Amino acid sequence: MEIIDRRSNPHGKHLENRRRALTRARDAVQRAVRDAVANGKIREAGQGSAVSIPADALHEPSFHRIFTSGSRNIVLSGNHEFSRGDKIRRPPGGSGKGGSGGGNASDEGGGEDSYRFLLSRDEFLDLFFGDLELPDLVKREIATTEVTAPSRAGLSNDGSPSQLDLGRTMRYSMARRIGLGRPKPEELIEIEARIAALEESRPLSAADVDELEVLRERRSVLRQRLNRIPWVDPVDLRYRRFAQTPKPSTRAVMFCVMDVSGSMTERMKDLAKQFFLLLHVFLEKRYKTLDVVFIRHAETAEEVDEETFFNDPRTGGTVVSTALEELLRVQKARYLSQHWNIYVAQASDGDNSTSDTPRTAELLESGVLPLVQYYAYIEVMGSGAIIRGDTDLWRTYRGIAARNEHLAIRQVSDRKEIFPVFRELFARRPATQGAGA
Amino acid sequence: MSGAMEKATGGKGLLYQGAEWNFRIIRDCYDAIEEIAEKELGLDVFPNRIEIITSEQMLDVYTTSGMPLTYQHWSHGKRFVSHENAYRRGLMGLAYEVVINSNPCISYLMEENSATMQALVIAHAAFGHNHFFKNNRLFQEWTDPSQILNYLEFARGYIARCEEAHGQEAVERILDAAHALQNQGVHRHSGARRIDLRAEQDRARERRAHEDRSYNDLWRTLPVSEGAAPPREHERDALRRKFGLPEENILYFLEKHAPRLAAWEREIIRIVRLISQYFYPQPQLKLMNEGCATWVHDRIMTRLHELGRIDDAAFMEAIHSTTNVITQPGYEQGSTSFNPYALGFAMMKDIARVCVDPTEEDRRWSPDIAGNGDPLGTLRHAWAEYRDESFVLQFLSPRVMREFRMFRLLDDTREPYLLVDAIHDEHGYRDIRRTVAASYDPSTFYAELEIVDVDILGDRTLRLEHRTRSGQLLAEDDMKLTLRGLANLWGYRVVLDEIDAPSGKVLASHEANASTGG
Repeated sequence: MEIIDRRSNPHGKHLENRRRALTRARDAVQRAVRDAVANGKIREAGQGSAVSIPADALHEPSFHRIFTSGSRNIVLSGNHEFSRGDKIRRPPGGSGKGGSGGGNASDEGGGEDSYRFLLSRDEFLDLFFGDLELPDLVKREIATTEVTAPSRAGLSNDGSPSQLDLGRTMRYSMARRIGLGRPKPEELIEIEARIAALEESRPLSAADVDELEVLRERRSVLRQRLNRIPWVDPVDLRYRRFAQTPKPSTRAVMFCVMDVSGSMTERMKDLAKQFFLLLHVFLEKRYKTLDVVFIRHAETAEEVDEETFFNDPRTGGTVVSTALEELLRVQKARYLSQHWNIYVAQASDGDNSTSDTPRTAELLESGVLPLVQYYAYIEVMGSGAIIRGDTDLWRTYRGIAARNEHLAIRQVSDRKEIFPVFRELFARRPATQGAGA
Repeated sequence: MSGAMEKATGGKGLLYQGAEWNFRIIRDCYDAIEEIAEKELGLDVFPNRIEIITSEQMLDVYTTSGMPLTYQHWSHGKRFVSHENAYRRGLMGLAYEVVINSNPCISYLMEENSATMQALVIAHAAFGHNHFFKNNRLFQEWTDPSQILNYLEFARGYIARCEEAHGQEAVERILDAAHALQNQGVHRHSGARRIDLRAEQDRARERRAHEDRSYNDLWRTLPVSEGAAPPREHERDALRRKFGLPEENILYFLEKHAPRLAAWEREIIRIVRLISQYFYPQPQLKLMNEGCATWVHDRIMTRLHELGRIDDAAFMEAIHSTTNVITQPGYEQGSTSFNPYALGFAMMKDIARVCVDPTEEDRRWSPDIAGNGDPLGTLRHAWAEYRDESFVLQFLSPRVMREFRMFRLLDDTREPYLLVDAIHDEHGYRDIRRTVAASYDPSTFYAELEIVDVDILGDRTLRLEHRTRSGQLLAEDDMKLTLRGLANLWGYRVVLDEIDAPSGKVLASHEANASTGG
């Protein structure tokens, strides 16, 4: 008998198999992930979470019989009341239930009708944003090459000892030793041993004396060469060299701009919130450092923290330009456009004081848009009871959007539409991408 | 007092106290258990290897039906996920042991187990199951425990190499189609059974290389001879014989005769076939195997207690655990089948009782063993020579039927009700026993399909027959998918007829074409 402690063996042998199962059910998993998000669980979604997919996505078929007609016998246990000849009403679920039928109905997994996958955050987001990408990301990245990072750039003859490349150094050392014919230390030891042996054994024959002479001669030659040709010479040394290479900046800031005036109902704010969260999660996946700035506005605008932004109600009229001014102020103070990728998401019900709209348009087109990577405007609409035409703001923005590819505007009236709209905004468009660049 | 006890553990005293275990305790327990198992119970086992694992590793082991390694496939991932979920949601406690029919016989002990549970598992798995694996005739005939681990290693490597060479997708396609036919991958009725897995690995490459060299693509391109005279009947018979038809082992047939498969594809089919053959006996022996192991551990734990090697607390824990395992929920709890631990253990205990202390009834029902005074010999004989079906037919006694309060239902779909047509009384015993036994008959688990004809002179249509059982047709959706996979492996049209066995009437006919042309 032998006992083996396997506890320290690597765990998770089936991670690869699990990945394959996920790949196989990719469509179903993706659908489940998006459903989860549509149900408003984005915040948890960002942390990674569990999704269930229907079992048939991973079904393994086989030839097996099912009992559909005819007659069969089943033996059950636990009889307390029946005698021969009793008749029992069929249990709900019909004839498929009971006896060996259950065993045949499905293979491993028994009555499982769905599989739950615990997805890591990355898996979840990968699936969720599977076919989306950031518009214009590439263009701006090349433009902002401010940050540098060391990268390997071959070898050099000098450098700091900590960067010594031992392998290469020894290779050069060996080549030099062979090339210059450095004797092996073993040979010297052997000769010394032989000399010692001869010196011990007296009297010496003539031949021995001669041999001793030769050996001594050889010994001094070897010693000389050994001393002259060092094991490692400064010329052998090689150091790893690093060069500073510019790296595209991967910092991003996201401005969330929301109208919190009286006309925005809780439901409308909730829709806007969904959109901000999506954008946040999406950007967070792409950027190592992501700052979020919350700006809310009614008649005046102010920068607030997340909590206040979403939960603190305000009332009053609406002046959109104040928000854009605030945005520009914050941007100038903290997020210079050559260092930061800037995204703006604005949500509003489209109300604006009529006198302010031209100013808003002016600020947007000449002030904000040249600075930002992407500007998404979401107009949340009431529950649909009021039929109305395009709002002032919408008309204005539409005009600007026609001239600026990186301004996207959409209308949303229901929670379910949030994600499709989001996808539409960020869907990969290789053709236009190529043309734009 | 405990100090005195501890001193005594060195000799014949207590093996351990409390729940903590360490490797010395496991070794001591093993030695004590081995002595009882071999000297008192006369068990004959493969050499044992005991592996300590964590619960997470136990989940891994579950996924591959207890095998420590296997090739990579998404279906294993699926099983892993469903086990993992069941475990995390607390629906399923992990079985405290898994044992592998291999030589040496590997038993897994979970690190979370208490010392008593470790001892119990050693008795259950390393001796109970192990003895059964080594001695049962069906296992002996069908499996090659000394080579299975090496073969799985080979299979894993081979399939990984195929994935490198031909792409994961191509390999997956073959595996999916072959997995669907797993249950049709055994020579159930012919003589060819146990396969020398070692020689398999050695020969695999050679054989494929030879087939590669001698394969001639030309014959595939022969034009379909429409004008030719229809072949005479005796020619067809000769061809059928050449192809070994009828053939129940569909995977074998495909591996040998499917015209379009590449050598590596044949080898993958072969791997699936050999592995499924290895697992073939297990469902037919589940009742006996668990019954044997449970009886053995129960007996050994009792003896350890009698000999003063474990204390009362440990013995209570062992009884408690055994009781949990052998619970049989009744039909009212929604149970539609027998817990193999419960029925198996009850039958083993009953056999032992009949041997030493038979009643009048027992003498009537099992005259050949009643009062023979040799319970161990009788049990060992049963463990070696029977499978679940014949075991039930031979040994299920009225007493056990009463204990389980068995009753039989007649489920006739033409009637709006289920009829109780036998209960545990003098009139019902034989009926009940026959039905229970029949439910363990392998032909109830597996659909009986055969390849009956292949139109090799014409369009190469492969013709299969399913002999239905009392109106039970194949589940349609699954059948279609499986048939499509089969057609893809065969490379040409496949036709499946479902026939009513007694009358020969065709009840349904299906067909599928290979999806990838020429």
